[in-house]
Amino acid sequence: MAEQPLISLRGLTREYRMDAETVYALRGIELAIGTNEYVAIMGPSGSGKSTLMNVIGCLDTPTRGEYWLNGTEVSRMSDDELARVRNREIGFVFQTFNLLPRATALHNVELPLIYAGTSARERRRAASRALERVGLADRMHHRPNELSGGQRQRVAIARALVNDPSILLADEPTGNLDSVTSQEIMAVFGELHTQGQTVLMVTHEADIAAHAHRVVTLLDGVVHSDSVREAA
Amino acid sequence: MPFREAIRLAFQVIWAQKMKSSFSVIGVFIGVTFLIAVVSIVEGMNAYMTDRFATTLLGVNTFQLRRYPGVQMGDVSRETRREWRRRPRISFEDARAVVEGLSLPVVTAWESSSRADLSHDGKIAKDIEVVGATEDYFQIKNWDLEAGRPFSPQEAQAGQPVMVIGHELAERLFETRDPIGREVRIRGIPYRVIGVVETQGNLFGISLDKFAVAPALSPIKRIVNPARVVDALLVRAGSLEELDVAIAETEAIMRSRRHLRPSDGNNFSIETADAVLDFWGKINRVLMMALPGLVSISLVVGGIVIMNIMLMAVAERTREIGIRKSLGARRRDIMRQFLVESATLATVGAAIGIATGIGLAGIVQATTFLPARVAPWSVVVAIVLGGGVGVTAGLYPASRAARLDPVDAIRQE
Ligand SMILES: Nc1ncnc2c1ncn2[C@@H]1O[C@H](COP(=O)(O)OP(=O)(O)O)[C@@H](O)[C@H]1O
Ligand SMILES: [Mg+2]
Repeated sequence: MAEQPLISLRGLTREYRMDAETVYALRGIELAIGTNEYVAIMGPSGSGKSTLMNVIGCLDTPTRGEYWLNGTEVSRMSDDELARVRNREIGFVFQTFNLLPRATALHNVELPLIYAGTSARERRRAASRALERVGLADRMHHRPNELSGGQRQRVAIARALVNDPSILLADEPTGNLDSVTSQEIMAVFGELHTQGQTVLMVTHEADIAAHAHRVVTLLDGVVHSDSVREAA
Repeated sequence: MPFREAIRLAFQVIWAQKMKSSFSVIGVFIGVTFLIAVVSIVEGMNAYMTDRFATTLLGVNTFQLRRYPGVQMGDVSRETRREWRRRPRISFEDARAVVEGLSLPVVTAWESSSRADLSHDGKIAKDIEVVGATEDYFQIKNWDLEAGRPFSPQEAQAGQPVMVIGHELAERLFETRDPIGREVRIRGIPYRVIGVVETQGNLFGISLDKFAVAPALSPIKRIVNPARVVDALLVRAGSLEELDVAIAETEAIMRSRRHLRPSDGNNFSIETADAVLDFWGKINRVLMMALPGLVSISLVVGGIVIMNIMLMAVAERTREIGIRKSLGARRRDIMRQFLVESATLATVGAAIGIATGIGLAGIVQATTFLPARVAPWSVVVAIVLGGGVGVTAGLYPASRAARLDPVDAIRQE
């Protein structure tokens, strides 16, 4: 198999036009990420980490440059095509969990499958299995307000996994958690990576980044450093 | 998102916000309640007019020759009333000439009536309709007797003091005793009861069973009319076509007897059930024309309310929309979710309106003489209108929701 990266970004630029001035969030990102990598993105606040994750997660589109995912150019896709990529290829974990408050854990995890057109029976089966993978088999029928922060983030991870995505994206997934819970969540990511999941994670904490095998640092919207560490 | 899922979700949201939901459907609810109730009352009125009123008062395939119309509907000017009073009455000779002149086989009867008190053995029945008639009157009226017999042609001709009475009158004067053969007095004149007509129910809540019929030539002729005139000649034809022929012949005979010139109008009246039904039809049309206006006003108001509620819902649930989009919801999925929600909301309002409308019709049915019947078409129209209002009102809010940018939406608190 020819070595084709899972994700390939070339000259990726994202500008925000405010009335008179233009804010440059990303200014020419060059980056390639391969299958089964575990990459941490670091950088000071405002360096463009979230913007980059949103573009890779197909929630946002670049102003200029190319974004290739699995050999297709995503940067030229229509709204509906992007929705389809988000649904099939991307699993996104947010700092603030972003669960639907009125829905049970199980229903939250089923959501991506609803938009994939999966049958109700298959949905329930896949969602239960995803919750089991993150250790929440006994909390399926709880609503978010009946769960701890760590449990909520696990539900969010299960939801990101349920469609068997090409890549798991996480933007500061431990940013709202205490350090003990953070370590638990990092253990979950580590376990998933061991099982073959590609993971791309934003963090500004060195001990969190230490779980990754490669650390990319952004500064003012460009890649400042990119270092691969020997696997532990 | 599949349709079923969207509907399930819609019910969940509506149920979770019961207060807001009920407020938002008030307009649709009122419009639909109104539609169902008014249509059922009008349809009930319609059925009543056709089945009972017109035929009870005027009979099937029957016309009445009178001095002026017996059933007056709508505005009659003073001028017209004055002209009516100048008209000659229908004389015995007029009635006989018409009956002899008609070419087709018909059933005919004279009718003259007045109100009087009847007494039996100290009991008095006040203000009873007393009718002087000929023997075929019962046949034209389609009356069956529950006891006794009608008077014979011989009794009619001879003016015998015999009498057939209505069901309620019989109960009032004789209670449980058999009325047949007993004596009843009208202004001191003794009559013998020979028959009782079975109950005819009521019309607009007025009993149709308080009457007494006696031969036109019997002594009551002094009570019911001036000498040698009748209130009406009743003619019943075999069919509608024959009815038209008989009416034309009657008109010709009367015009010739009264020496009317071609330019003169008729100075008598020929009345059929059709004329009455025509008039009812006009009222009916006015009601049915006003109805869409009233219903659409409340539906438009209802639609605007729902649209605003849905805009609020979209604003409140921006984050939810962002989350759904981030998980792969396409524009059309979000669009569908909110359209279905809005349509479900309106349809639930319509359904409650339909139930209330049916309930109102039931109350009218139970407490008044009107057979208010719910028209199936009005239920269908109500559901379609309700759903349509929901979809229309939901279009703009739903497209606003569908176009939200996922990154912006998900950041919303
Ligand atoms: N929607 C937006 N409109 C305008 N500027 C934005 C917007 N989103 C991000 N930015 C700007 O882009 C830059 C990068 O932001 P972000 O990607 O959130 O940084 P990080 O996640 O590394 O803190 C910042 O200067 C921020 O102010
Ligand atoms: Mg950020």
